[in-house]
Order: sequence, then C-alpha cells, then structure tokens
Amino acid sequence: MTTVAATAHPAPAHHDDRSFIRKYVFSTDHKIIGIQFLFVSLFFLLVGGLLAMQMRWQLGFPGKPMPGGGVLPETMAPGGVILPEYYIQLVTMHGTFMVFFAIMPLLVGVYANFLIPLKIGTHDMAFPRINMWSFWSFFAAGLVMLASLFVPDGAARAGWTMYAPLSARHDLSGASFGQEMWSVSIILVGLSSILGSLNYITTIINNRAPGMTWFRLPLSVWSLFITAILGLLALPVLSGAAIMLLFDQIIGTHFFDPAAGGQALLWQHLFWFFGHPEVYILILPAMGMVSDIIANGSRKPIFGYHSMVFAIVAIAFLGWIVWGHHMFMSGMNPTLGSSFMVSTLVIAVPSAVKTFNWMGTMWRGNLRFTVPMLNAVAFVAMFVIGGLSGIFMAATPVDMFIHDTYFIVAHLHYVLFGGSLFALFAAIPYWYPKMFGRLMHEGWGKVHFWLTFIFYNLVFFPMHILGMAGHMRRIYDPTQYAFLQPYQPMNEFISISAFLLFATQIIFFVNFWWSLKRGKPSGLNPWQDNGLEWTLPSPAPHGNWERVPTVYRGPYEFSSPQVPEDYLPQTRRLPSDREPAAASAARH
Amino acid sequence: MHWWLPLKGSTFAGEVDGLFLAITIITGIAFVLVEVGLIWFVVKYRQRPGRKAFYTHGSTRAEVIWTAIPAVTMVALGLISNHYWVRIKGRNSVPPNAYPIAIHAKQFEWQVTYPGPDGKLGTSDDFTVRNQLHVPVGRPIVVRLTSEDVIHSFFVPVFRVKQDAVPGMDINAWFQATVPGTYELGCAELCGLGHYRMRAQVFVQSQEDYDAWTKQAAQEASS
Amino acid sequence: MTHAAATVDQMRPPYPAERGLDVYNTKLGMWVFLASEVMFFAALIGTYIILRFGAPGEWAKPGIVLNIKITAFNTFLLICSSVSMVKAYAAIQDGDPKKMRFWLLLTILGGATFVGIQVYEYIHLIEHGFVPSGVREGSELAELVAKGQLPAATMGLYGSTFFTMTGFHGFHVTCGVISMTYLYLTKALPGKYTKQSYGGIETVGLYWHFVDLVWIILFTIVYLI
Repeated sequence: MTTVAATAHPAPAHHDDRSFIRKYVFSTDHKIIGIQFLFVSLFFLLVGGLLAMQMRWQLGFPGKPMPGGGVLPETMAPGGVILPEYYIQLVTMHGTFMVFFAIMPLLVGVYANFLIPLKIGTHDMAFPRINMWSFWSFFAAGLVMLASLFVPDGAARAGWTMYAPLSARHDLSGASFGQEMWSVSIILVGLSSILGSLNYITTIINNRAPGMTWFRLPLSVWSLFITAILGLLALPVLSGAAIMLLFDQIIGTHFFDPAAGGQALLWQHLFWFFGHPEVYILILPAMGMVSDIIANGSRKPIFGYHSMVFAIVAIAFLGWIVWGHHMFMSGMNPTLGSSFMVSTLVIAVPSAVKTFNWMGTMWRGNLRFTVPMLNAVAFVAMFVIGGLSGIFMAATPVDMFIHDTYFIVAHLHYVLFGGSLFALFAAIPYWYPKMFGRLMHEGWGKVHFWLTFIFYNLVFFPMHILGMAGHMRRIYDPTQYAFLQPYQPMNEFISISAFLLFATQIIFFVNFWWSLKRGKPSGLNPWQDNGLEWTLPSPAPHGNWERVPTVYRGPYEFSSPQVPEDYLPQTRRLPSDREPAAASAARH
Repeated sequence: MHWWLPLKGSTFAGEVDGLFLAITIITGIAFVLVEVGLIWFVVKYRQRPGRKAFYTHGSTRAEVIWTAIPAVTMVALGLISNHYWVRIKGRNSVPPNAYPIAIHAKQFEWQVTYPGPDGKLGTSDDFTVRNQLHVPVGRPIVVRLTSEDVIHSFFVPVFRVKQDAVPGMDINAWFQATVPGTYELGCAELCGLGHYRMRAQVFVQSQEDYDAWTKQAAQEASS
Repeated sequence: MTHAAATVDQMRPPYPAERGLDVYNTKLGMWVFLASEVMFFAALIGTYIILRFGAPGEWAKPGIVLNIKITAFNTFLLICSSVSMVKAYAAIQDGDPKKMRFWLLLTILGGATFVGIQVYEYIHLIEHGFVPSGVREGSELAELVAKGQLPAATMGLYGSTFFTMTGFHGFHVTCGVISMTYLYLTKALPGKYTKQSYGGIETVGLYWHFVDLVWIILFTIVYLI
C-alpha cells in the first residue's frame, strides 16, 4: 500500500454520472463551488469598478454630463449629470460591492474552496452540502444588493460603513427600501461566510493527507485557515449589528437612535469590531498565495517559513484589539485612543517581517518573471506603500488631520487594490490551469500587468497629496471649497488615469474568457511547483484523488541539493524519506 | 497648489506637521530600502540558464534584526505620538482659560453660538450665527460640539483639528488660532446628500476686530 | 465523552489521514459553529449591557412588564429538556435505541413547549402594549408609564433589547426542535442509531446544551436583574 501512495497516481478520470444541474449549478464539488464564486465575484468586481468610474467622472468633471450617462434615469443623473443623492449611493455601493462581493469572495470564496482540499490532499470539503449553501446564500445576497440599485428610492447611501443614525433612519438618509436591502444582504453575506469558514476550519484540522503535518502546510493554506477563524468570529458580530440596524429600520427599535436612548457610537464599535478583522480577511489570503507564488517564481524555499506562519497568527490576533483606530475622532475616550494607537503600531512589526521574508526569498533566487510572479512582486511593492501609509493614520495626532480625507482613501486602495487585487492578478493565472486545463495568454497578461501597474499608481498615489491638502472623502463636489479648487487639475488627472486603469482591465477579462477555450493546454504542472494539486490532471477531476497522496516534505523545496532539477514535489519519495507515522497507524 | 501640508494656522499645527514629517522620514527610509531592494533583486537574480537558486530556509539572525528594528521604531513612535495626543486631545488638555463657543451641527449647516459680551455660554446674551465661525487670534478656543441628527465632523484643515459631532453626546475640542485670515470649515463625516456643501467660513481676527464683530452680530441677532 | 468520540471515530472510514483533533468532522464542525454563535450572542448581549449602562435614566424594575413566574417555569422546562437530551445520549451509548427514542421525543416536546410558551408570552406582552419600539400609546403599560411606575426614557431600549435577544434565542430553539424532529423521523425511528454510530444525537445535543446555556444567561440578565 505504501508504495502505491508514494507514487501518488492521479485518479483516472472516473465515470461521473451526475446531472448537469448537480454538476454545475447545485454542485457540492469544492472546485466547482470555487469556480462559481470566481465567475460571480468577477462580475461584481466589474460592477464595483463601473460605480467607481461614475464617481471619478463627477470628481474630475463636476456638474458636466457624463458620457453615456443619458441612459441613467432622472432620479440618478438627469441629462447625464450625476445628482448628489446618486453620488453617495455610488460611494456606498462601490465600497460594499468591492469589500463584500468582490475582494472577500475572490480571495476566500474562490481560493479557500478551490485550494484547501487540493493542497492538503483530500477528496472534498468536510461538509460539501454546507459549502454549496455558502455559495448560494452569497449569490442571493449579491442579487439583493444589486437589485437595491434599482428600487425607486435608490440604494443605501450611508457609506459602506453604514454609520448610524444616518443609516438607521429613513428620514435622515432619504432612502428606505435600499437601506433595508443593504441590511438583509449583509446578513446573508454573514451567513455565507460563517458556513464557509466552519467548513474550511474543520477540513484543515481533520482531513489532511498522511504526512501533511501542520508545518508542512503551504502558507496559502495557513493564511486561509487563520482567515477562516477571523471570518467565523467576526462575521456573526456584523450579522448581529446588521440585524439590529434592520430592526431599527423596519420595526422601530432604538438601538442606534440617540433620541430614544440608543447610542450612535455603538454601531461603530460593533462594525469595527467586525471591520478590522475583516481588513485582515481581505489581505491575509493574498499574503499566503503571494508567498506560494514568490517561492515558486524565485525557485527558492520561502525565507523563514515558521516566522511567516507566526506573523500571520500575530497579525490575526492583533487584528482583534485595534478596531478603535477607526474611531480616534469619533468622541471615544482619548485614553482608549492611546491604547488602540499602540496596538495598531505593533501590527507594523509582523507586516514588516513578512515583507522582509518575501525579499529574503527573492534574494539569490533564480527569478522567473511569469505573469503570476510579476503580479506577486508588484503586490509586495504596493503592499509596502499601503502598510507604511497606515502608520500615518495610526499616529493619533496626525490622524486628527488626515482622518476621513483622501489620504485614507489612498491608503486603503494601496492595501486593497495594490495588495489584494494584485495578489489576485497573480493567483488567477497561477491556478487557472488547475481550474480549466489551460494557461492564460502570457503576452497579454504582461501587457495587462504593466498597464495596470502604471495607471494604478497614477490613480492612487496623487490621492496622498489630496489628503495632505485636507480633501475630505465622500464629497460630491470638491470645487465647493475654495481651498480645494487649486487641486481640481489633480482630481482631473486622477479621473483620466482611473478611466485608463478601468479600460486596461478589459484586457484581463478578454484574456480570461479567450483562454477558457483557446488557451495553451497546460499539462499537469506548468509552473514546476511542489504542491499536491499539481500531481492531478488539469482540470482536476471530481473527487480529486482516488487514493489521497502521501506527503514527505514541506511545499517549498525548490533548488534542493538532493535532486538535479530545481523543484521537489511534496509527494515524491526519496530513498531517505520515511513513511509518515500517523498514516500507517490510520490506514490499518 | 501645495505638494505638502497647508498653512499652519494653530498652536499645535507645528507639532502635528512635525510628527507627519518624522513619520514621512521613517517610512521613507523603509520605502526606499524595500523598493530599491526589490528592483535590485529583480535585476540581479533574474533567471539565467543553468543556474540554481541558493538553497536556504532562512536566517534566524536576519529575522531577529528585522523584527527588532521595526518593533523599537514603532514603540518609540507610539510614545512620541501619545505625548502630543494627550496634549491636544486628552480629557484634561483644554486650557482652563479657553474661550467657549458652541457649535450645533445639523443637516447641512453649522449653528455657531457665541457667548456674547460676558464670555459665558448659556446666558441671555448668547447669540447664534449660521455657518460663520469667528475666533480671536492667539487665544485658546474650546468648541462644544453637538449634533441635531446624524454624525458630522468638525474639520478646519489649517488648524489641523478634527472632531466628530455625535448626536446624544457633548464633545469638546480646542485649538488656538495663530494666523489672522479667512479659512474654511468642512464636514468630514458623510452626513447625507448635502454632506459636500456643509461648509462654513472661519474668520480669525484680532481681539479688537472680534469684539467689534461680536457687538454688531449680537445686535443683528437680537433685532 | 472522549470514550464516545473514540468509538465513533474508529467506525468512520476513512479515518482522517493526518491526525486531526481526534474528533469526527460533524462534531468538530458543531464546535466551530458554536464558536460563531457565541460571537453572535455576545454582540446582542454586549449591546444590551452597553445600552443599559449608558441609558438616559433608570431601567424598568423586574417583574412589572415581564411575568417572571411563567418564564421561570419555562426555564425549568428547558433545563429539563437538556437533561432528557443527556438521557437520550446515554441510552444510545448503552445500546438501547428504544430508550433513546423515548428521551429524544421528550426533549423535542420540551423544546416545543418552550417555544409555545414564549409565543404565548409575546402575544400577551404585545396585548398589554409592550412592543419592540417600547410602549404602545393608549395601552395598559402606557398608563403605568404615565403614573411613573415605568421609566418613560428607557422603555424604548427595553423593548428593543428584550425582543431582539429573546426573539433570536427563540429562533434558535425552534431550529433545534426542527432538527431534532428531523433526526427523530429520519434516523431514530428507522433505527439508524446504534451503539457504534450516534454522531447525530451527540452533535444536536451539543447545540441543544448551548441554546440552554444562552437562555440561562438571558433569563438572568433580562428577567431577573
């Protein structure tokens, strides 16, 4: 038995007699669910981008009719000129779609589902049916959120952070049904995330292949595991808060209504208690996948694997005690502000460790600049800017000036676009072969990378300067303020760059679709990687392995002196390797 | 258009800007280190045929160094920031002789109530003016912030001061203007569709000009 | 507990290849799920504590609006159903499916009665004028507020927190009753639980004890103090 497991034959594509609906719609296969998440959240990414373009039009060219804006109804943009009430819907829905329906499902929904069973060597998730429900409640949430754009009063308009009492009282926000739909949708997102998380956690703890010990897990799996714990504990708090908000909106409770004894800051505490772990939900999986890709692209073991793991754990732990740094100016007790400042600054330490370890991994490597590697290196370069600009906000006296200005907008986009989205532009082509059996086009991938990299920086770097001038966020028309009028050329420049950045993404989407049918067939292991998933055919078959493989080493044995080639798969048995103890005990 | 911070218009603007500069230098060093390092590695270690990467799993010494340096820097930065924070925003930071002004924020205007000739709020000679904040130069001012409806945020960029006005709460914010002139006050927290036009003029005046204006405005308000 | 887990694990091929927690998936999954439930109720209860301590004035004295006696009986009933759940679990561990079915049925009945009494309580409260937004105008309770026996300033918060917390707890009990009934009909009656395989009973039992525990906390902080 051991010799069979050692060579780890991929399952011969066994006969699969599930109906089309069971196979592709109400599927319980983790890979199909991952791909479902991929298609749906890429769609929402596009929606979020379209909303951003409209905002950028208004900010760059306030009061001018938007090209193509004539198709919008009178209640949004009469004659193509965006109304203030539509603008704040754009602000709100752009944030909501990007955070809850694009980045979070792209990282967690797609890659936790797709990668965890493949990378730890198991047939499927621990609870495939719960997994399916996780996707469908996400899908329902997305539909509700999308539909809210088209209800008569318009969508929610209190910002994606939904600060009460603006969000809680219809007479103050001017939207009724849209606000309620936002709450309902977020409750569903919470449910989806909790169902997913409990699946990922159980699967990783209990269903690892023989020999796949904790410290042989790829960093992508480690980060997804820690992310799942964050999601499991943070999302119920958001759901609870959203339920109370919904009750305030529809059955007249007074949780966030100061006029009847409720507390406005209560919402902020609940929201950010969820919200800061959420920030790490949005970056940790990106860090994990980038670690895998950088080690592969550098053909070198990851530098300091253990400290990378501990850094993930440290970031996640500290993530629970920093939520107050979103509230330095909220009227919260300033002494509390001091302690939140210190815990926030401390988070810079594990983040720095990760950055230096990525650089250490590249040091004396043999760097292959594939499209995933280019994007992964760009991730490091951009995440550093986002991380460093965070220090400005963490220092409370400085935050007093730049809080709620474009400085924070620049910061969060450097982390979420420069960080998470570049990581996704690395991860999507990297695991595309295992999903669809083909490679994405390399040349167009590189064109997309360079244009995105350039335009992205042209859009977001100048926002730091706007923030330093005191440019408030979420304002419809900056020219209202005399002190911002001199900055209008910069706003215009940012807007034009943003349009070009958006146009560049068309290359990505076309490449994605084109490669589904026309891409080069990839073979088993196009990147010459060590992970378990690369021992399977591309695309990986239903049920993955007939018999799960046995693991003999960690995932980053690149350029090992033990073998002539520069990679050494986790499943390859060398004469010096011993059979894992747990495996022989478990398998009779 | 400035490429740096705007005019320093209050006593603590210098401190805030100094800290901003200090952080810019610290983060700038880290930024240059990382980006130059990355570019250097990308060029130097690009793939060449027939070469194998250096096989190593890390170096404890290097990792200890690059854990310790950020840790020490961050703790030091935290201590320095906290020193200023306590002086600017701490509960006991408001100077005892500060001149009180009450600002009531509502969708979408600032109602500024002045203490009148007796210098005390809550007396009969108080008067209220919409969207105009007049302050005497060189004197600490304490603003009592309240809100009618939703959360607003009192933000005067040249003073480097920002404080949310929260319904159901009374919050004090203080500053001392140093440069006479006319500036702008904006709302920094999304407060509804008129958020963008919730602005007011700030007039920093000499004590004589301020007194003269007070007299005139009080008369206008009572008539 | 450990003994039971070990018995079941061996009966569940394929055994997890790399040693996990020595707990089978469904049970581990339930523990993980309960962790998220703890956070959910922590959000609701935390909100209650913050609002009550920060309330603009006194909180209504216990026993004026809510009927403590009937709810105390309800609490007792829920605790009893937890005991009968343990009995059902012990019975199947001893390999006595008949006894297990009896105790499980009793647990279901206990839970259903709890929900019934809670629905009755809600109807009663709403009739008297206690609603999620506070006190209904022109109702019996509104007179008490007018007489000063109930604090006008905090009745809104009282209604908001009471109905949200007990309502979500009631929803959880209902879900428990439905899943136990489902297991009773599809697994217990056809005799699918044996001395070697009773994961469903153990897992739903965990959930049931959790719901019971939450109620004891809610009863104490909402009804008694």
